[in-house]
Amino acid sequence: MVKAKVLIRPKQGILDPQGKAVERALPALGFDGISNVRVGRLVELETDDPSALDSLCEKLLANPLIEDFEVELEEEALS
Amino acid sequence: MIGVIQFPGSCDERDALQACERVGQARMVWHEETELDRIDGVVVPGGFSYGDYLRAGAIARFSPAMEAVARFAAAGGPVLGICNGFQVLCEAGLLPGALLPNTGLRFVCRQVAIVAEGSDSPFTAELGQGERLSVPVKHMTGRFFAADDELDRLEDAGQIAFRYAQGDNPNGSARDVAGVTNEAGNVLGLMPHPEHAVDPLTGSDDGLALFRAFERQPAAA
Repeated sequence: MVKAKVLIRPKQGILDPQGKAVERALPALGFDGISNVRVGRLVELETDDPSALDSLCEKLLANPLIEDFEVELEEEALS
Repeated sequence: MIGVIQFPGSCDERDALQACERVGQARMVWHEETELDRIDGVVVPGGFSYGDYLRAGAIARFSPAMEAVARFAAAGGPVLGICNGFQVLCEAGLLPGALLPNTGLRFVCRQVAIVAEGSDSPFTAELGQGERLSVPVKHMTGRFFAADDELDRLEDAGQIAFRYAQGDNPNGSARDVAGVTNEAGNVLGLMPHPEHAVDPLTGSDDGLALFRAFERQPAAA
């Protein structure tokens, strides 16, 4: 078993209204000078076959037309 | 016989079935069915298939019924995807582009005007270029997206079936696109709901024109 993290985010150039909404809320909370907020999602999983992860991401976890993904492998999980 | 695909989480399948029954015989096709026996037209209806928990339409595309729909579409059978059905067809690669969350981040539910773009599809055969239809939208993830060069290509190939009328784009869709077809024209997806506009009682029966495509379809053997 290998632990993996898959980071999925909206492609550059695609409007991310969720990120914009977060950005607009920040000044009212006293956080100034923050820009270009973009919201993605993180998928954690454990797998026997890390070599299949790219294909899994392209087919299901991300839509490559609108999202980029990065796979990060972690330490061997205790079984 | 027209088949209306029913996923767990579909919610517009009954209206779609009812709309189909105005032009012919129709039945529900449960998502676990693997063959489309004697089906000669397919509607992929709206709703929230499998909860849409990952991304709208992303999980439904792997259902046995959708694999059958992909084979049916490849053989030239007419397939109409509405709202979540449009999202499913895009995720399945049967239609170009993708649907993103509405620019305004809110669920939008209202009547809109859409304009037929003169695409070469059985579903729009009755509609002249520039013809306006009044149909409702109700969605949260309806912002059509394709890269600019892809949009150019779709326009040149006549694959843009419908646009929102000027000033009536409810979701921030690129170039006001409300519906697109595949290259062959036999698969059409759109975010507005023609199945909710088939009776004057509900304010408009403009949606019926799309369903009449099934009437003209030769029956499957």
